[in-house]
Parts: sequence; structure tokens; C-alpha cells
Amino acid sequence: MTIPRPIRLSMPATAALLALCANAFAVRPPAQLQAKDSPDDEGGKVRLEWRLSPDDSAAAVKGYLVERAASADGPYAEVRQVFRGSASYEDQKLQDKTDYYYRVRALGAAGDTSEPAQAGPVQARQQWFRKGKLNAVIGLVLFLLIIVYYLRRAQKENLFLRRLAGLDALEESVGRATEMGRPILCVLGSQGLDSVATIAGLNILGQVARQTAEYGTPLLVPTQDFIIQAVAREVVKTGYAAQGHPDRFSEDSVFYVVGNQMGYASAISGLMSRQRPAANLFVGHFYAEAMVMAEAGNATGAIQIAGTDAVTQLPFFIVACDYTLMGEELFAASAYLSRQPQLVGTIKAQDLGKVILVALLLALSVLTLALRTPFFYNLLGVQ
Amino acid sequence: MADKGKRLPLLIVIVLGTVFVVQYFVPSRPSQGLYRQALRWSIVMGLPAIVIAIDSLVRHHAARIRRRQAGWGDSLVYLGAALLMAAAGLAGGVGEGSLFMRLFTYAMAPMQATVFSLLAFYMTSAAYRSFRARSAEATLLLASAFILMLGLIPLGAAIWRGIPAVSEWLLLVPNMAAKRGLGFGIGLGIVATALKIILGVERSWMGGS
Repeated sequence: MTIPRPIRLSMPATAALLALCANAFAVRPPAQLQAKDSPDDEGGKVRLEWRLSPDDSAAAVKGYLVERAASADGPYAEVRQVFRGSASYEDQKLQDKTDYYYRVRALGAAGDTSEPAQAGPVQARQQWFRKGKLNAVIGLVLFLLIIVYYLRRAQKENLFLRRLAGLDALEESVGRATEMGRPILCVLGSQGLDSVATIAGLNILGQVARQTAEYGTPLLVPTQDFIIQAVAREVVKTGYAAQGHPDRFSEDSVFYVVGNQMGYASAISGLMSRQRPAANLFVGHFYAEAMVMAEAGNATGAIQIAGTDAVTQLPFFIVACDYTLMGEELFAASAYLSRQPQLVGTIKAQDLGKVILVALLLALSVLTLALRTPFFYNLLGVQ
Repeated sequence: MADKGKRLPLLIVIVLGTVFVVQYFVPSRPSQGLYRQALRWSIVMGLPAIVIAIDSLVRHHAARIRRRQAGWGDSLVYLGAALLMAAAGLAGGVGEGSLFMRLFTYAMAPMQATVFSLLAFYMTSAAYRSFRARSAEATLLLASAFILMLGLIPLGAAIWRGIPAVSEWLLLVPNMAAKRGLGFGIGLGIVATALKIILGVERSWMGGS
């Protein structure tokens, strides 16, 4: 058996071989680095996007190192390290209208780095219009025009409004409470005044307050939010004054309970079992407490009317309440109850809006399928 | 025509409503600054409402105790607990290990969890009422719920391998279609309500027209 003799290399050859080995084991760089001003923002941001290193999927890459410089030659400073699999990064707090250059390197699992992918110069700028929301602007303007058209039409003719059993029952429940000498309970949901469902609930409360003022029926409005308590009190007070019975308004009828979700549900349940309201109204946006309150009310035998835009809570209200206003019916309640021509007009505008929206969806779906392009599908997307 | 007392709030709503609709579509720095400033203002303006709320809370429960109304003992406990929490927070802070935090962790949190857990029983009683097959709709609901529940447990697949797929189809097709239909109505309803208020057509929030 012969033992092979070791190969002797010269110094330059050894160095070349070592470099070759290092290159063979180093991670490969990311590619196609693009640096662009972040769209639709207040400036100071640049968005970087790159194609992942070919070694990314093999777990040889630990992450990516993002570097920034004020000139193409550097010096480059580290901005951020992002995780493996990340192909984008948004650099923030930059000076507007200033040139920036970027480099992105792949970080090897052994701590080595790849050759950089480079991009630049790029400048951050602020925008004065969100282009990604252009379709929303067009939709809003169109809807506004439809509302104005129906507001004018409502002044000239009586517009038909289909009957809503839940709202018809509202007046009946006020009458029932009056006959029984029991109060009406109105719960305005669990969101703040920034929720349109809460505002819709306050609109209904305003109408109910006018009716309870007329009949002299006690009204109870326990709230979960201190701002809503202040607003609800004014709504009820003004409703009583509008009916010519300011003396019948009691400061104690609208009161703050607690800001805690389940604490609020317990307080309402306790109030229902003690004071036995003849009618319970749940109007606004609700979460898990909806079921606790609605079932507690159901056990007392009160007429229960719920109205919410919380789709996940609708099934609970449907099974526990006598009448449920689903989604848009909550927003239509004020118009339905007051029968003011102008408000009724806006309901008709909503109906036409729905018809247009459904027709548009159908047309765009057919075009997307027929022409096999996402262009039409993306027309309704809002960024 | 709005009476004098309502003119100012109406004007504020119309002007600020219009400004912030426009602001939503303008991302520039002044626009975002205005939005942040408005958020700060809304917090500041909400502060006096805390005082009104605490005043209302104390008056409401004190009156119940004074009149010895049904459940006045609960009001006593409530006021005592509110005072205790406030005193614990003011005296010892709200940090880790403080009396306030211990009251929160060992008293408030378990009480909340208890009420939350009642949901299971409420759901059962509500489901029992609604699933009784008294009409065609209730029977459909009963059948759908039965398939859905079977599809979510191993027993469903053991009975027939297709049950989980049917269950998923029920959730993703008819259920999703209904949810999206509701979503359109809700979206348009929200925009219409906001526009009604901004245009001054809807005034029920001020106690009626």
C-alpha cells in the first residue's frame, strides 16, 4: 500500500485556494434591491425591497443586514438586522429631499456576511393625497351625491320605507312599560363615542327619550364610558325638554357604572333582576358581554330589542332577544322612528348604494374571470 | 331651523367633520399633525367627563343606600371597593407587588373570569331554546349547528370522513356570504350616518330635531 505524498502549494496558491473555499461556503447575497419613497405617507420613510438570498430557504442565512449611507461610496452605517425570510424593510425618521444609498447583505449562520446588494440614490417625500384610497374618494363623493339627490326628493314626495318589526315593537314596549309601571332599560354598547354604532344608539336613545317623556315612563341608561354618560345625559335631557316635559327628567336616570367589560355585564344583569324593566334595549357595538346581558334580560321576561353592527354578536342577540336590528337596520332606526322625510331619504340612498355596490361587484367579478387579470379585482381594494 | 342652543354644536360638528373627512385622505405632515393634535384635545376634553362620571356614580349609589332601595347593600360594597382601590392606588402606587396590583390580580381578575365563564351556561340555555325544531328555519339551524359541531371534533371524521369538509363549507360559503352581505349594509350605514351628522340632517344625538 502506497501512502500519497502531501501536495505542496506556494503561498499565492494557498491564499487563492482559501479564498475559493471561503467563497464556496459564504452565503449568497440578496438580489434586485429596490429603494423607493414610501407611498401615501407624511414623508421621512423609504421602503426597501429585495429578492431573498438563494441560501435563505436552506437556513444558511440568519437574517439580512440593512445599511445606509449619504453617498454611494459610503461610509455605510448599520440601520437594522431583519429576520431570515424578510424581503422588505421600511427605513424611518429620514430627512425629506435628501439622497440616501442602501446596501443589504445576507447574514450567514456562522456570522459571515454576503456581498451587498446596492440601491440608491433615493429621497423620502411627503404626499398630499393617498393614491391608494382614490376609489374610496370616488365612492364617497358618489354616495354623497346620491344622498343629496334623495334629500331633495324626500322634500317633494313621501318615500316608502319597509316595516321593521323591531322598531315597531319599540313604541309598543314603551306603552307596555308605562302600563306595568316599570322602567325601560337602554344599554349603549361597549365602545366609545368614536364608534358610529354608539352614535346610532344615541340617536335611538334620543327618540326613546321623547316617547318616555310623553308617557312619563322611567328610563334607565347605565353607561360603561364616562364621555358617553355625559353625552347620553344631554341627549335624554334635551329629548324631555323637546317634548315639553323637562320636569320629568331625572339626573339619576343616566348614570356611569364601570369601565370594565364583565363588571358592566354583571351590573346590568343585577339591575335587570332587581328593577325588572319592562323593556330592554341593547343598541350599539357589543362584545362577549352581549350574551350575559341578553340572557339575564330574557330570564326576567322583558321585551328585548337589540341592534348592533357586531356581526359576531348578532347570533346571540337573535336567540336571546325578541327583536334584533341587524347591521344597517341599527343605522336606519333613527329615520324610521322619527319619520322625518330627510332622514328617510338617506335610507333610500343607502339602498341605492347597496344596489350599485352589488352590481359593481358582479361586473368586476365577471370581468376578472373572463379576462383573467387581477386589474378589475384590485379596483375595489383600498390600501 | 335649529334653535340658538344647537347652532354652535352643529357648526362645530359640520366644520370638524368635514375637515377630518378630508384629513383622512391627506397623508402629509401638517395633516397628520392636525390629527395627532385632535387626539390630544379629545383626551383633554374627556377629562372633565371623568369628574362628572364619578360624581354620578357616587350620587347614584349614595341615593340607593340612603333610600334603602333593593340591593342597597351591593351599592355599599361597590362604593367601599371603589374607595379601597382608589386609596390603594394613591397611597402605594400601581406597580408590581403593590396593594392595588394584588387587589387587581387576586380579586378583580378572578371575578371577571367568573362572569366570563358564565357565558358557557348562557350559551347552552340560548342554544337549547333556538335549536328546538319548531319551524323550517329552526330545523335548518339545528342541522347546520349539528354538522358544524361534529366537524370540529374527532368523532365527526370517525363517523364519516366528509363531515369536516361539509362543516368547513358551511362556514366558508353560506355563513361567509351572509356575513359579507351584512358587512356591505353596515359599511354603507356607517358612512350614511356619518354624512347625515356632518350635513346636519341627523340631530337625534342632540335630543331630537
